[in-house]
Amino acid sequence: MSTRVNLPLSRSHRGLRERREGPVRRVTRIAAAASATVVLALTATACGQSFAEANRAKHAGVGLAFDIGGRDDHSFNEAAARGTENARKDLGVNVKMLTAKNGETEADREQRLSSFAEAGYNPVIGVGFAYSQSVQNVAKDFPETTFGVVDAVPTGKNVDAMVFAEHEGSYLAGVAAALKSKSHKVGFIGGVNNALIQKFQAGFEQGVRATDPKAKVVSQYLYPNNDKGFNDPAAAKAKASGMLDSGIDVIYSAAGQSGAGSIEAISKRKGAWAIGVDSDQYQQAGLAKYRDCILTSVVKNVDVAVYDLIKSVEDGKPLTGIHAYDLKKNGVKLATSGGFIKDIQPQIDAARKKIVEGKVKVKETP
Amino acid sequence: MTAAKLPAAGGARSATRDKVILALAAPLLAVVAAIVISSLVFLASGENPFRAYGIMADYGHYSDSQVWIVNKAVPYYLSALAVAIGFRMNLFNIGVDGQYRLAAFAAAAVGGSLVLPGALQIVLLILIAMLVGAVWSGIAGLLKTTRGVSEVITTIMLNSIAASVIGYFLQDGRLAIKDGNLLHTKFLPESSHFFSFPTHPKPVYGFVVIAVIAGALYWFLLSRTRFGFDLRAVGASEPAAEASGVSVKRMIVISMLLSGAAAGLVGMPTLLGESFQYGTDFPAGIGFTGIAIALLGRNHPVGMAFGALLWAFLDRTGSRLEFEGYAQEIVGVIQGVIVLCVVIAYELVRRYGLRLQQRKVGEELAAAARATGGATGNNDKSEVSA
Repeated sequence: MSTRVNLPLSRSHRGLRERREGPVRRVTRIAAAASATVVLALTATACGQSFAEANRAKHAGVGLAFDIGGRDDHSFNEAAARGTENARKDLGVNVKMLTAKNGETEADREQRLSSFAEAGYNPVIGVGFAYSQSVQNVAKDFPETTFGVVDAVPTGKNVDAMVFAEHEGSYLAGVAAALKSKSHKVGFIGGVNNALIQKFQAGFEQGVRATDPKAKVVSQYLYPNNDKGFNDPAAAKAKASGMLDSGIDVIYSAAGQSGAGSIEAISKRKGAWAIGVDSDQYQQAGLAKYRDCILTSVVKNVDVAVYDLIKSVEDGKPLTGIHAYDLKKNGVKLATSGGFIKDIQPQIDAARKKIVEGKVKVKETP
Repeated sequence: MTAAKLPAAGGARSATRDKVILALAAPLLAVVAAIVISSLVFLASGENPFRAYGIMADYGHYSDSQVWIVNKAVPYYLSALAVAIGFRMNLFNIGVDGQYRLAAFAAAAVGGSLVLPGALQIVLLILIAMLVGAVWSGIAGLLKTTRGVSEVITTIMLNSIAASVIGYFLQDGRLAIKDGNLLHTKFLPESSHFFSFPTHPKPVYGFVVIAVIAGALYWFLLSRTRFGFDLRAVGASEPAAEASGVSVKRMIVISMLLSGAAAGLVGMPTLLGESFQYGTDFPAGIGFTGIAIALLGRNHPVGMAFGALLWAFLDRTGSRLEFEGYAQEIVGVIQGVIVLCVVIAYELVRRYGLRLQQRKVGEELAAAARATGGATGNNDKSEVSA
């Protein structure tokens, strides 16, 4: 027993002895209580200056706050980073990037955004819907700064909301998957079962069914509601292996950094195809080993949206309000690198045309 | 049994002095070791540790940082309390994470569809949260007493089940509404908003008061009641407690229920003071942080308060370090180092104290034997060892 929870046990031994330990014990306890009170009082009154008041700064560049997974997720965050890279090259702006940790609270995200704004970064961009509430809150405190957020629609006079028609892009991925599958079984892996990823699932399933009514679609999620789903490649690898074992031969993963895990598993199975997400994953240096199995990717032009925002701020006419990047505006598209979907391009173009013309309405929820 | 029991006055005084030194030695050793190791980590990553400490101290002293730290420490502290209740009787409740999330979700779901006058609604929501937390951990308690399943296994599995249950109900058309790309329960009515202290520039959660009360109750329950004594007795030795008439099974179930009820409070500062709904972005993982803080605070109500504040301070200033160009992971490393240093330092000092005591008793026995001589020696010895 003592080996299992060594520490609490030894504490309990001491606890039993406490009664006999006399005045010294009491003195230390009183001293500890007193100092705790002082610290709390000092802390809670907080009569001093705030950091923002002490450090007002001038224009410092672009502040980019990443979602879980960070800069090199080969997917979503990387797309945003590419936008800032382009801005750095074309407009000569300075860029600073910070990354979210697992298990963050609203307070952590607000601090990250405030740090940027306090230091004079403009625009400050939150990459990912997790920044929805925090952008809305922090934007109020810094009316002079323009805030951007990808995949969410917070309100605010100085907020640019960049949203994408993931479901429309995913529909095209469904068309490609249905046409390429030999077993007529295709799979979808979502990182976290939330409203955003459900858009990917809904579009994909609809695209598959519209193309091949006999095809079976299996949709699974890595986590029901833990953002860990976006940086757990091992879980995605296991999930993909399970799907491959059940005869599925095309898998679309919408799971941020985790997607690399399923792509790795698929690359080991002959004849199986992976469909990437957010960035053109065929072109990702980190995935070069597996790129021969990457059929296509549903590209979200986060880079374009981010670049547009930075440019507008540099031009002195900052974008605000909701900006929707859909299939019609090429905000989402299917990547053609590798040339694996060349043979089915006419069908994909036809499907795209139907959506753009409004003949096909793609669902946002499965 | 101990040296202090000997009648000699001088012995008692020196024993007292030893105890003070030992009591101070452990935290001092832990702090020094933690600073040394953290500095080495900074040096190994090619950074100047003193510059880093300077940044942390400077950033931490601003009013917005201090408000942030207190607000962040409140859930940490409640979580540590929940874990510590289990620890004190040798139960490892790893399920605080699932318990508080399920509890907060239930409270948010009820609160969003109910409008009662003012304080009544808040009290009701807090009670619901405590009840749900208690039920969820009670399952682990029952499984342990009736089927003998380790609570470590059941609580960690119940975390996953809690996440899945929440995931199922937190969907559009069930208990959630869709708000852009977020899914969350309906907003609580204004009447359920907990009060806050109007500090500058952001307010401090009024829930800090509840946390202090919970800490005081914890202290009173464990050190001033028969129940607390029984609980610690079971923690020290189950067979001994059983032999002296304590129902170990009953204690296990009750303390799991208490631990879960405390866990139910963890999500309340966020729910009633900040978000006013439970959504896909509700903070997760505080239950695990609570384990570290309970270890850090040695299960002591004041110690854990310090631990929670320290942890929040490191969270706050660590993010600043990242802003200043340090690696993001470095704060996680420092937090881990501190917990390890505290655990190891206290164990080292405890063992040293034990050895010191044994030696002293040995010396005194020998002295007593020499002084009284062979004839009456037996008598004295039996008195000493009694």
